[in-house]
Amino acid sequence: MITLPTESEKTSRIRMTLNGELTDVSFAPYKTLLEVLREDLGHTGTKHGCELGECGACAVLLGGKPVLSCLVLALECDGANVLTVEGLGADGKLHPLQDAFADLGAAQCGYCTPAILVTAKALLDQNPRPSRDEIRQALSGNLCRCTGYLQIFEAVEEAMVKIANQQVTAT
Amino acid sequence: MMRLPLFAFRTPRTLEEAARILEGEGGNAMPLAGGTDLLPNMKRRQQVPRTLMSLRHIEELTRTDLGATGSRLGACITLTDIADDPRFRNGMTALAQAASLVATPHIRNMATLGGNLCLDTRCNYYDQNYEWRKAINFCLKKDGTTCWVAPGSPKCVAVSSTDTAPALMALGARVRLVSRGGEREVALADLYNNDGVNYIRRRPDEILAEVLLDSLHGWKSTYWKLRRRGSFDFPVLSVAAAVRVSGKGVVEEARIVVGSAASRPLVAADASKYLIGRGLNQDAIAEAAAMAARVAKPLDNTDFDMTWRKKVTAEFVSNALRELRGEDMRGERERLMRQPSI
Amino acid sequence: MADQKSTATLPAKDAETKQGKLRVIGVPRRRVDARAKVTGQTRFADDIFLPRMVHCKLLRSPHPHARIKKIDVSRALVHPGVYLVLTGKDLSIEYGILPISQDEQALCLDHVRHVGDPIAAVIAREELTAFEALDLIDVEYELLTTISDPEEALATPEPRIHDYGEEGNVHKRVALEFGNVEQSFAEADEVFEDVFFYQGSTHLPIEQHAAVAIKDPDGKLTIWSSTQTPHYLHRALAKVLEMPAAHIRVIATPNGGGFGGKSDPFNHEIVVAKAALVLDRPVKICLTREEVFYCHRGRHPVLMKFKTGVKRDGTITGMHLQTLIDGGAYGSYGVASTFYTGALQTTTYHIPRYRFQGCRAFTNKPPCGPKRGHGTVQPRFGQEVQLDKIAEKLAIDPAELRLRIVEKSDTVTANFLRLGTVHLAECIRRVVKSSGWHDKFRKLPEGRGVGLACSAYLTGAGLPIYWNKMPHSGVQLKLDRGGGIAVFCGATEIGQGSDDVLAGIVAEVLGVSTFDIRLFTGDTDLGPVDLGSYSSRVTLMAGNAAIQAAERAKAMLAEAVAQQLEVPKENLTFADNRVFDEAAPDKCVTFAEAVCMAEAMFGTVGTVGSYTPPKSPALYKGGGVGPSPTYSYTAAVIEVEVSPTTGWITVPKIWIAHDIGRALNPTLARGQVEGSVYMGLGEALMEEQEFRRLPKKLSHALVHKFPSMLEYKSPTSLDMPEVFTELIEEPDPRGPFGAKEVGQGPLLPIMPAVANAVYDAVGVRIDEVPITPEKIMKALAEKKAGRAPRYGPSHFPNIEWPEALRVPPPWEGGDGNAVNEPARRAKPRPEKEKVHNS
Repeated sequence: MITLPTESEKTSRIRMTLNGELTDVSFAPYKTLLEVLREDLGHTGTKHGCELGECGACAVLLGGKPVLSCLVLALECDGANVLTVEGLGADGKLHPLQDAFADLGAAQCGYCTPAILVTAKALLDQNPRPSRDEIRQALSGNLCRCTGYLQIFEAVEEAMVKIANQQVTAT
Repeated sequence: MMRLPLFAFRTPRTLEEAARILEGEGGNAMPLAGGTDLLPNMKRRQQVPRTLMSLRHIEELTRTDLGATGSRLGACITLTDIADDPRFRNGMTALAQAASLVATPHIRNMATLGGNLCLDTRCNYYDQNYEWRKAINFCLKKDGTTCWVAPGSPKCVAVSSTDTAPALMALGARVRLVSRGGEREVALADLYNNDGVNYIRRRPDEILAEVLLDSLHGWKSTYWKLRRRGSFDFPVLSVAAAVRVSGKGVVEEARIVVGSAASRPLVAADASKYLIGRGLNQDAIAEAAAMAARVAKPLDNTDFDMTWRKKVTAEFVSNALRELRGEDMRGERERLMRQPSI
Repeated sequence: MADQKSTATLPAKDAETKQGKLRVIGVPRRRVDARAKVTGQTRFADDIFLPRMVHCKLLRSPHPHARIKKIDVSRALVHPGVYLVLTGKDLSIEYGILPISQDEQALCLDHVRHVGDPIAAVIAREELTAFEALDLIDVEYELLTTISDPEEALATPEPRIHDYGEEGNVHKRVALEFGNVEQSFAEADEVFEDVFFYQGSTHLPIEQHAAVAIKDPDGKLTIWSSTQTPHYLHRALAKVLEMPAAHIRVIATPNGGGFGGKSDPFNHEIVVAKAALVLDRPVKICLTREEVFYCHRGRHPVLMKFKTGVKRDGTITGMHLQTLIDGGAYGSYGVASTFYTGALQTTTYHIPRYRFQGCRAFTNKPPCGPKRGHGTVQPRFGQEVQLDKIAEKLAIDPAELRLRIVEKSDTVTANFLRLGTVHLAECIRRVVKSSGWHDKFRKLPEGRGVGLACSAYLTGAGLPIYWNKMPHSGVQLKLDRGGGIAVFCGATEIGQGSDDVLAGIVAEVLGVSTFDIRLFTGDTDLGPVDLGSYSSRVTLMAGNAAIQAAERAKAMLAEAVAQQLEVPKENLTFADNRVFDEAAPDKCVTFAEAVCMAEAMFGTVGTVGSYTPPKSPALYKGGGVGPSPTYSYTAAVIEVEVSPTTGWITVPKIWIAHDIGRALNPTLARGQVEGSVYMGLGEALMEEQEFRRLPKKLSHALVHKFPSMLEYKSPTSLDMPEVFTELIEEPDPRGPFGAKEVGQGPLLPIMPAVANAVYDAVGVRIDEVPITPEKIMKALAEKKAGRAPRYGPSHFPNIEWPEALRVPPPWEGGDGNAVNEPARRAKPRPEKEKVHNS
């Protein structure tokens, strides 16, 4: 059962784009992306509830797609493009999803929130006008124990409208 | 935080290189594709390979070729690739449905077709972490001597929990296995053993490289899955059915496969044969459903009561066949699977 | 700020505002901690990383019941990267949440009582090293008989799981009788007897428990922990570590969900504190999900028997309730839980005579404790399902029956609970209307049905965990010259919005916005004691303390401003960061200026407020569990679809109305209702804390069946129905701005409403939770075979009950004391309370 004679060393090194920024990091090779984000890069916004792919709290976007960072080897992320909750806002402003979640009670304890936010962002990036069922479906890999999900759905819908309006204004 | 054990890591660029690595490791290496099955198992110390060999950098494993005469699906295409691609419809609907019902959207973005076909068998006494398994003094599947599901059983009864295998078996799929010594094609139905430990006939030095399908022109297929919740859960019963029906409504070919009711997906051969030459009328469906349900032998090692799982098997087969007959089963699908229909 | 004569003027709209109109309270708004949460900046316990920090893992018992013969840690100690190994002898003092059940050891010394009981701790440089070194600890056990459930516990007095309690493996037996219940049955037209079983369930917060401890540079101890009760943890640490409490600082980090599961002092918290003191390095532990299942303290599995007498018109003549409770391996809150299973039956409907007998047994499973609705959820299920059966037998619509018998505001019940406002009837009328009840009940096609149920819940426990006369909550305010307001309070943010309650109340009273307020909460060094986030007590208790502190500050400011502006202080309004004369709006200063004036007049501006619940009229032994300043009420209607061929059950929609008094922040209040509905639905349909006993001939093993997020079934976004929520806002004068609780009560009607709806849909009674397709199919098979169309427990075991304490109800001349109880404690009798009889 013992597989580790001594504590491992930070012998692996990758370069990835983390929240838009080229990032070099050294880490122990057994670590998952989740562990490297939290422990080696100080990005603690990404959470964990099981580390086995059974709750969704550790979701991040990898190449724009929601994945579970607890089941991605950091070794596999060389050259990857990773987005976490820390990278959602821009220019000192919250992302419309963050605003909507804050305003509409979509975050209670806030623990599952970062993962839900990035998952919802991926949905809206891909499908700017999702139906309630499509939102339910997209978030079906994120357990939330506090809200009963309904205020989360409403917040995604509100953000959807805000983003659409922003784009209308911009063009 | 649950931590992975240490491992050596290899990243071959070609199938050939991968085959060479597997041969060199002599059974101590495991291919890593999506990682959604293997990495949790490693964290729970159910599987502790010395070497992980990533398949992510082998380009040919992600190729998909859907042709009129047949299709080739690279083993490393993700379940999302399948679920989202409208080309996987008509004859291949069962596969698209199965892929779309695996776990969660996040896991489908990571998990691969090949990985789902090779999915380790599951059991409530086995899919537990190291400390829990120590508390039952381990089990036949790993580190122990007793099968706690059936203490008299000489063989492990862990359950085949793959969604895509029953669907692809119903579609008559074959798989291409590549090793240093060469390659072979095996009917998917022949890839599995009804044994929870030795559930797969892929040798440790082989890579499951491709899924091969003949033309499915004229076929219709469907996949029904039983699980407690609308997402996350593995199937605890599934039914895949495919039929080719003549213009006059007579079944010319049929395959019914029952999943998650044994250590391998079970072909309901009698029921399939029975349908040939008949129309999919109410009586034929009822008879075929009863025949198919007989093959299911669920045990008490998954979610839900085993007798109830057995009892509803016929209902699931019947639902599948009614859908293939053209009945509107969307309401029933929605209630049972909580997901919109593909 | 030199010129205190401000030129500030008021916008017209504010000049028009009437004094007394609420500007913050009752307005849906962004909670104060929302930005932190949506940016991932909320610092949960496991997000704390400190220089030189090391990691702790616990070796846990693989046996459900055993003596520890020998522990040898030498191999682990020499493992490279391991710094320290602790065992039971390092932390031998017993502790526990209740003073009467100090039965836990941070690391078991010689007796393990469930799989997962901690035995040793390894502290190492890396978590992986600590984990792997656990396997290097050699433990010799002597296995003891495994006790799996309460009936086995009753039949197996030896070996004892604990050497205290009533006898054998019975932890607690209680018996209370309020009036002659046998006579009430004799007077009844019908007497109903039903046995129900409520399965255990767990909280499953997404955040796993975590704690970080350090030895401060000055040698004191600081611990950050995901705890709902920093004050109780503080006391336990002082006791076990034998340190002055004044040298220990507990900081409750925001909890990533609690639901009652982080309300006990936990072994892992004590262990890392000890390790930090020994190593003089920061020590962290974060539990795995499996370990969280071993902490548990969740819903007790309860077998219960209800015997209820009714008149033909539905009037209840009397009720006799018996409960048999599976406590698991430790006391935890169990004595309170036991009383809670019998406490609140009388709070919803008028029950003139009532007898309660409860028994909690020890078993070799993780300890049960308080989960949302603590102890009252299980009997509420039985009571509301039985009421549905009564309604059917009496041919009265279940909603109508309830409306006939609902209890009235300000009643003192048979068991001497003094109710506050009771708007249950309005809740029932609302859900009946919104759900279209009268068009649906017994009218929907086969396979579809509706069910109705009601409930009540405490707005804060009336008594503290340990006996004392001090306030239950305290708030300090510090106002600074820049207009800043700092609020200090021990209240703990577990996601429910306690910080927002404090900020909202202070902002309302002082006329500022919540953003102007800085909060220092959940920190035993910084804030006055608040007992913790449990029993739905924070809004009312910390809220009232906050009002008092803020009103005191307001009075100081008003005094100073009145003098400066030469206006009567009664005329001053605090709003929009200004203090002004309602009658002469040009007489106005900014809030910051007002603070400066007050500081010039009084010196540093700081105030305190505190809250102590009113004395309860329940003076009998056991009367300490159940009293509350006031109670919330809820009614729910649930629609279900049930497949007659598979038993598959779907819930398309839920209508719920909650008597909240006032919603301080309606957005959050609705979230609490929907969250309760969600958790209730999980319990109703799929969640189970279930155990597996391996064949006795082959093994002693008794293991949690599936301690994982995958197999413990928490509903997903695809399983959540539509919910129509109505908040009934009739302010209760006991609550801050009239507010009552909302975090727990709305969970209670969900399970019985589902059961009643299943009966309406397919005509079978599922007298057990969870209600699963398998059980429905079994009941349908019974129905088909012509037997009772029911699934559920068949009998309640014979238990030797102690002689009941006999307390005559108020309407039979009772004064709250038991007539057969020896004088208990010499304490002053409370003032005579006005008792409203119905």
